[in-house]
Amino acid sequence: MLLLGLDSFEIHLFICETPCFEIENIKMRYSMAPKLVNFAALAGILFLGACTNPENVGGIQDPYETLNRGVHEENRNIDDDVLRPVSNAYGENVSRPLRRGVANFASNLSLPGKVVNNLLQGDLEGAVRNSFRFAFNSTIGLGGVLDPAYEMGLPEEDTDFGETLYVWGVPEGNFVELPLLGPSTERHMAGRFVDLFTNPLGYVIESPANYLVIGANALSRIDDRYEYSETVDSILYESEDSYSAARLIYLENRRFELGAEVSEQEVDEIDALFDDLYGE
Amino acid sequence: MKRREFVKSGLAVGALGMLPLSAQALTPAQAEGLVAEVINRIQGIINSGNSESRMLRDFEGIFSRYGNTRVIALRVLGNDGRSASDSQKRAFVEAFQGYIGRKYGRRFREFIGATLEIEGARRNNSWIEVETSVALQGQAPFRVDFFVREAGNQNLFFDMVIEGISLTRVEREEIGAMLDRRGGDLNRLIADLRNAG
Repeated sequence: MLLLGLDSFEIHLFICETPCFEIENIKMRYSMAPKLVNFAALAGILFLGACTNPENVGGIQDPYETLNRGVHEENRNIDDDVLRPVSNAYGENVSRPLRRGVANFASNLSLPGKVVNNLLQGDLEGAVRNSFRFAFNSTIGLGGVLDPAYEMGLPEEDTDFGETLYVWGVPEGNFVELPLLGPSTERHMAGRFVDLFTNPLGYVIESPANYLVIGANALSRIDDRYEYSETVDSILYESEDSYSAARLIYLENRRFELGAEVSEQEVDEIDALFDDLYGE
Repeated sequence: MKRREFVKSGLAVGALGMLPLSAQALTPAQAEGLVAEVINRIQGIINSGNSESRMLRDFEGIFSRYGNTRVIALRVLGNDGRSASDSQKRAFVEAFQGYIGRKYGRRFREFIGATLEIEGARRNNSWIEVETSVALQGQAPFRVDFFVREAGNQNLFFDMVIEGISLTRVEREEIGAMLDRRGGDLNRLIADLRNAG
């Protein structure tokens, strides 16, 4: 059935979800002073933008649609030309346990950043659980390659600074499609920027070990593209409007992760329809 | 004033009269039973050892047997259906049933080796939500909720929500895009839908 395989959907629509931070962090250390300024300015503008927009419950707020559609086309071309063939080659030539191990390793290193966000959200329980998860997997999980914490009832609990902003009451803002990263909102995008700095490990891991982290993150994303290829393909290549399909799916999944329920208007529509069809 | 009060109390009596009925109509346990049956059917098909074309047809059948495809189709059509005639609506519902069955049925291979578990059921608004956990082979489990509601003496699911992504809303977006591309011509959409999916 279904649009399967969405444990955190935004990952699968392009490459990145969790810690792009390692990649960005490195770039900044070595070459990015001017870019950093631009990036900060951009994020600042978007952050302010997000602050001034009203919270949008259930609807889609997309004033940059023309621009977004252009970016989407570009993303789709990159997927078609590069990401999809590379991910197929990776999936077909590397065994699943090995690919899992690489993804686990990358995901484990993102945990300290999640603990920071748990704390910023006042979610002490989440912080403790993610800390234990990090401790177990880094040690008996052989540096995070294995995931014994999952068996111990500590599955991955995803969070990010975008969620922290949500908890702090920052509204969602407008929809944006980011180059390479795919669908986002202004709030989520501002969160991504801040998350470049929230992971304490980013300040500890030195070159050349950080190249290993970059590589593991990139492979983890390529692996996601392979594991969820049927779903991603159905959205990008089988939908008659892949932009609006990806936008809706991203927003629904993101809002669900932040605890959204069916809107009142939708409940009323459902009740009215049932009444119309089956009422007396 | 008096008339309004009369109307109000009339409504109140009407609502009270309805209450016991709708409260009895469907329990969380019954809804869970329905979803358990769906899961058993899915696993039965996968383990049947039948030919792929047969399994595909059986999978398609699950939607029409356990899903309220009429409600799904009409919700998908949504506002676009307001100006539609009754016969257009009927034709759309029928074409949509085939489309949805084929579109999702042909992905049954992804379920080979999957584990599907019921996590629980709760009343929400006017329906029951049955939460399930689905783990495809080698992947982390994800959440699938079935929205179940009584419809003409039958209990059927009228939406399926995967990690917050509603099948109905996804298809509403898709059908809306298809309709736009056909200049809003519902008859053309219906004709194309018979072969799509």
